[in-house]
Amino acid sequence: MFGEHGFFILACYGVSAFTLGALALWTVLDGRGVRRRLDELEARGVRRRSAGRDA
Amino acid sequence: MALMDLANPTRFLALSGRVLPWLTGLALATLALGFFLAFRAPEDYQQGETVRIMYIHVPFAWLAMFGYSMLAASALGILVWRHPLADVAHKAMAPIGAVFAFLCLFTGSLWGRPMWGTYWVWDARLTSMLVLLLLYLGLLALRSAIEDANQAGRAAAVLSLVGFVNVPIVKFSVDWWNTLHQPASVFRMDGPTIHASLLWPLMLCALGFTLLMLALHMAAMRNEIYRRRLRVLEARAAAEAAYA
Repeated sequence: MFGEHGFFILACYGVSAFTLGALALWTVLDGRGVRRRLDELEARGVRRRSAGRDA
Repeated sequence: MALMDLANPTRFLALSGRVLPWLTGLALATLALGFFLAFRAPEDYQQGETVRIMYIHVPFAWLAMFGYSMLAASALGILVWRHPLADVAHKAMAPIGAVFAFLCLFTGSLWGRPMWGTYWVWDARLTSMLVLLLLYLGLLALRSAIEDANQAGRAAAVLSLVGFVNVPIVKFSVDWWNTLHQPASVFRMDGPTIHASLLWPLMLCALGFTLLMLALHMAAMRNEIYRRRLRVLEARAAAEAAYA
């Protein structure tokens, strides 16, 4: 596939897909983790002073 | 509604919550179409199949510079207007820009081996792009080294403005110095020198990666806003526990 330089082409696409996929996954998991901890605190009754205004 | 009113973390969360799924979907659809056309495009008459690397390498290079330009714009927002959302945007962009700069160097190196006979050469374009990656990594290190978040934000803003001088150096290095890297072939005063059959897939891939970078940045900004709220609530919970 892709002739004699197939290794270089596939390595470029493979590493790029892996790296961008890892960045996207890290972003999603980071967001979930932060929001879960926020929800836990709010469930314990700890709220921001401006929480009522934001709603 | 004034622009500054829109740049409010709560309004940003509401707006980005609605826009982000569409932006992500549009980015993936554009990339899928771009790659479909890129792999159907003819080979380059000199480079053969290795020209397929162009469809990712060139957008990574453009976006590494675009990301740093966004950092510099956010730095102005931090230092001049002291806007909290500017600091959020600045902090969220640094790791994303670093990834694009790394991928630009990595794919360029693997493209260079079959075309130039070497993975790396210390010419002005490659070296200035390496400096750009080091600037991104320096910004990440600086923020994590300073405990006070406001101080860290201002220090990172100053560094990113000073480092912005490197962006035109990356762009024009191929014109100012003799480099092994080829000169610009898309954004030129006399028009692109790439045949349309290769140019259109390239532009679609570039658009797709741009939308992807914006989606990642938006998601990272949302995370950072929630993280700052979490920090405030944790401090309040700790204070309440101390008084109880």
